[in-house]
Amino acid sequence: MDRIPNWADVLLVPLISLVLAAILSAVVILAIGENPVEALGYMVEGALGSTYGWGYTLYYATNFAFTGLAVAIAFHASLFNIGGEGQATLGGLGVALVCLALPWPHWALALPAAVIGGAAFGAAWAAIPAYLQAKRGSHIVITTIMFNYIAFALIIYLLNNGLKPVGQMESSSARFPEGTNLPTLHEMLGAIGIPFSQAPPVNISLFLALAAAYGVWLLLWRTPLGFEIRAFGKSEPAGKYAGISSFKIIMITMLISGGLAGLMAINTVMGEAERLVNNSVQNAGFIGIAVALMGRSHPLGILLAALLFGFLVQGGAELAFWTSIPTELIIVIQALVILFTGALDNMVRMPVEALFRARGRAEKAKSVAAE
Amino acid sequence: MDYATLLQVLDSTIRLATPLLLACLAGLYSERAGIFDIGLEGKMLAAAFLSAAIAFVTGSVWLGLLAGIAASMALSLIHGLASITFRGNQLISGVAINFLASGLTVLIAQAWFAQGGRTPSLSGAGRFSPWEWPFSEAIIPVPLVGPLYSELISGHTAIVYLALMMVPVSWYVLFRTRFGLRLRAVGENPAAVDTAGVSVVGLRFAAVAICGVLCGIAGAYLATSLQAGFVKEMTAGRGYIALAALIFAKWRPWYALYACLLFGFLQAVALRFQNLDLGLFVVPVEFMDALPYILTVVILAGFVGKAIPPRAGGEPYVKER
Amino acid sequence: MTAPAIEPAIELKGISKAFGPVQANKDISISVQPGTIHGIIGENGAGKSTLMSILYGFYKADAGEIFIRGQKTLIPDSQAAIAAGIGMVFQHFKLVENFTVLENIILGAEDGALLTPSLAKARKLLKELADDYGLNVDPDALVENLSVGYQQRIEILKALYRQADILILDEPTGVLTPAEADQLFRILGRLREEGKTIILITHKLREIMDITDTVSVMRRGEMTATVKTSETSPTELAELMVGRKVLLRVDKKPATPGAPVLKVENLRVVDSKGVERVKGINFEVRAGEILGLAGVAGNGQSELLEVLGGYRTAEGLIVMNNEEIDLTGAKSDGQSRRSRGIAHVPEDRQREGLIMDFMAWENTAFGYHKDERYRKGVLADNVGIRADTAEKMERFDVRPPNPKLAAKNFSGGNQQKIVLAREIERNPDLLLVGQPTRGVDIGAIEFIHQQIVALRDQGKAILLVSVELDEILSLSDRIAVMFDGHIMGERLPDETDEKELGLLMAGVTPDANPAAAE
Repeated sequence: MDRIPNWADVLLVPLISLVLAAILSAVVILAIGENPVEALGYMVEGALGSTYGWGYTLYYATNFAFTGLAVAIAFHASLFNIGGEGQATLGGLGVALVCLALPWPHWALALPAAVIGGAAFGAAWAAIPAYLQAKRGSHIVITTIMFNYIAFALIIYLLNNGLKPVGQMESSSARFPEGTNLPTLHEMLGAIGIPFSQAPPVNISLFLALAAAYGVWLLLWRTPLGFEIRAFGKSEPAGKYAGISSFKIIMITMLISGGLAGLMAINTVMGEAERLVNNSVQNAGFIGIAVALMGRSHPLGILLAALLFGFLVQGGAELAFWTSIPTELIIVIQALVILFTGALDNMVRMPVEALFRARGRAEKAKSVAAE
Repeated sequence: MDYATLLQVLDSTIRLATPLLLACLAGLYSERAGIFDIGLEGKMLAAAFLSAAIAFVTGSVWLGLLAGIAASMALSLIHGLASITFRGNQLISGVAINFLASGLTVLIAQAWFAQGGRTPSLSGAGRFSPWEWPFSEAIIPVPLVGPLYSELISGHTAIVYLALMMVPVSWYVLFRTRFGLRLRAVGENPAAVDTAGVSVVGLRFAAVAICGVLCGIAGAYLATSLQAGFVKEMTAGRGYIALAALIFAKWRPWYALYACLLFGFLQAVALRFQNLDLGLFVVPVEFMDALPYILTVVILAGFVGKAIPPRAGGEPYVKER
Repeated sequence: MTAPAIEPAIELKGISKAFGPVQANKDISISVQPGTIHGIIGENGAGKSTLMSILYGFYKADAGEIFIRGQKTLIPDSQAAIAAGIGMVFQHFKLVENFTVLENIILGAEDGALLTPSLAKARKLLKELADDYGLNVDPDALVENLSVGYQQRIEILKALYRQADILILDEPTGVLTPAEADQLFRILGRLREEGKTIILITHKLREIMDITDTVSVMRRGEMTATVKTSETSPTELAELMVGRKVLLRVDKKPATPGAPVLKVENLRVVDSKGVERVKGINFEVRAGEILGLAGVAGNGQSELLEVLGGYRTAEGLIVMNNEEIDLTGAKSDGQSRRSRGIAHVPEDRQREGLIMDFMAWENTAFGYHKDERYRKGVLADNVGIRADTAEKMERFDVRPPNPKLAAKNFSGGNQQKIVLAREIERNPDLLLVGQPTRGVDIGAIEFIHQQIVALRDQGKAILLVSVELDEILSLSDRIAVMFDGHIMGERLPDETDEKELGLLMAGVTPDANPAAAE
């Protein structure tokens, strides 16, 4: 009956989960014969110790912000979109097709077109599972998983047949025209006199991600549609009473979710690789699940969580470079974060609730005694 | 395609279908009891690693098998804890388990063997050796039947036969025993089991444990039978294909065999022929890879016979009236 | 009560159970003789089901003792209840739908690890039971293919297979047709002859009168009386059940009904299971009047409200303000109903009327979130909605008057005021109100009643659905009683009383014309 206060729900519970994940990660590092404190030192230095490190951290964070938002908006409608991986893959195809379609004169023209291309292809890939869920009740988790693998096969096929320029050995698309190259953070900050490392691929997509986060926030909490999405997600019977169409909400939410996942390709395909390569998503779709869980499905939380995971990935890469700890450590940490903030949420929550109940009772007893 | 090639493809179908079948049956026990499990992949991967590692260190493939089962069971226990005890989201738990296995295997492999996240190659008693059936040499000259017997039926490892045996065994357990009746009931309507005075939690943990054992065998087979050692991400999506096969089979043991043989056949053909020339058109290898998933979506959509999952699947049981 | 000649089959002593602040059972004691049928009657929420759940090991009582055949018995779980010879037939059956009858019967009571011998044994026993009690069921039929009546038989057979000699049935006829109910009673009669003890929980007076030997009446968690059925009458039971509550009289002027706002003709509703819940009803509601629809829950009122609210399909004709309304769901939903001047305070505010995790201001916009007045261009005017909510909370005396508090943190009465404020303030032509004061404290009841009357006095039409008779009596200008999907009759509040309505609600027509009761 007694509820825990809001701040505990939003901050304390995720924080405890994070601490638990961190402790277990430290145990893992100890178990493989390394020093966790030293490891953390390498990670912090490598990811945050220079503009080079920051550049990569922000580059990864941009990806995770997109996929995290994609998972989160679906969560709000009580849908579990596990297909971010496939939708982002298809988004890459959309971006590539747009970039290769015209000899773009300037990125400012190419970017809006690529945004549409990436979002549209990502959304299209989410549309079929969404339709099957809304109309035929096919479990969206399973269909989106299946669509991930169908997407991988499709991209490999297209890269080998059609997208690959004649005579090229490597299976990738042609290089995008110069006019599609996005300005990097180095260029943008350089223009206003701030020095920033030239090496990392962090680019204008970072701001696109920030804008997307703001847009999602605006949509969910400032528009009638977002109101309907959240209401439907909280209570389907109440949604029915209020005349909210489940078909409409499932479709729209999943299209937006797929579109957001697809936008990730702006950062990776257009911003970094500047051509379509195989496996351009590199698990970012799955990491989005961890980011959304950690960020409590709120855009601000997601940005923070994305930054955390960006730090983990970049720090992990540096760690692997300087020590013998492989980058897979980061996957373990992700797993632990998902486990504790997602699946084992009740394990953390129940003791916290019990604590607050006990405190509530004690206070009540005190006030009774005082009377 | 000549007879010898056909036999070779079918032979490799059986070998490739074996891990799918074991994982599919593993999922069958779990999902029949109402616990969704998308962590089959992770459990297989963990088992593949630990079985290869222990088989290498001890030189005994049987100890390796036991270790593989133990690794898979440990992950099953986490899944049970999350989804039964703490009534968490079974899908999220599955995702976490897949990540956990994916990261830990490489991490530990690197720490133990320092070979870039793989185990050293297994040989001799570190691998399962094929069982040659009686007269398999002698019978070869007999036309048709001879090669069929010696190529296709004889000469697989113990786990292949075990996996095939598990089909009738699972059918019997599920449909002819008290345990099976209760297991199926708890996946359909846990309240019926509860009001009948049987523990829902106990049944579900039992199912998750069986799932762990079978996934463990599947993983061990990959590393110690199909291949000779563990390499990074060696399950390569087999857990998800098994999941697809489970849906395709509508959660039934015999259908699971057929679905896994079909999906194994697709893999075998893709391996053997790359792009399959059917005369009129060429079927690209990527299409063969994607076919299990496409078929599963079609089945899920209910266009070709509706796949109805166990009714209480995915829902934590909360006592109420 | 007469002194027990033999050991009672069941004896409960001082059973109490609270859920948070709600006292579901207060110091309840009963004693049931073996070989009898004991009825427990009471309104919804009177605590009957809680009591029986304690007896079946689903809940643990806070206080009290249970004696089975004179032995003090602890029943911590269902297994203990089964071991003590208690069988329960739940209102919502606990069957595995895609199992056969036989499989359902042996589930949990198998004979050894292998099924084949268990099934053979069960098949034999089943045949014997069928012969003994007239409980014929095809043992190999799939449960999902059987009618509810047969499904119920399986539940009874399950209990008998476990050698239960005490059988509890919770609202067993709620889902049955009259013919099926008659058959059930014949079976219960046979069971009594064989020496079984039966507890029948119901809210239908006729069933109590027809079949029970003794009857206990429960009201608001307390046992108000236990009497021999032969020594009581439906009238007396109705009184005991409804209680002589202090009527919260509402000051209201006589109604001045105008033109009909809502006309319902030959309306039929079939639910997703194919059961007909509303069986061709006709009525109208005029401007400036309150039509009270009385009836025990589950007699078709909820479905009627959902049809009018736009989220359940139906057949027949509904005319609102002289315009026909689409009943197929193709061209209408909850929002189009709202735009046609129908506002709806749903029966279950926590499930439908409110989003419990949403804040009060979000709930104020709920259902009307697309309204121009709540928007600034494409965006929602959250500041405006909050101001509007604060104003409404002030006017409807919602406490605490904090628009940013989540709905779940308000008391029941204040939650209801939030819903009522939202719907009434929309100035609708027709207000649908379901159970407006369920779970609402006395102070808020009066306020809510005043608001409804005030809306009537503005010339609006109001359809009030309530299971509380005194609410119906004090608010309505006209009263219709629903039973089993039919309207049993219409009465004017001045020309009827609780007794007569109570009988109508129980499906008994007190007139000289008993045929109308089916």
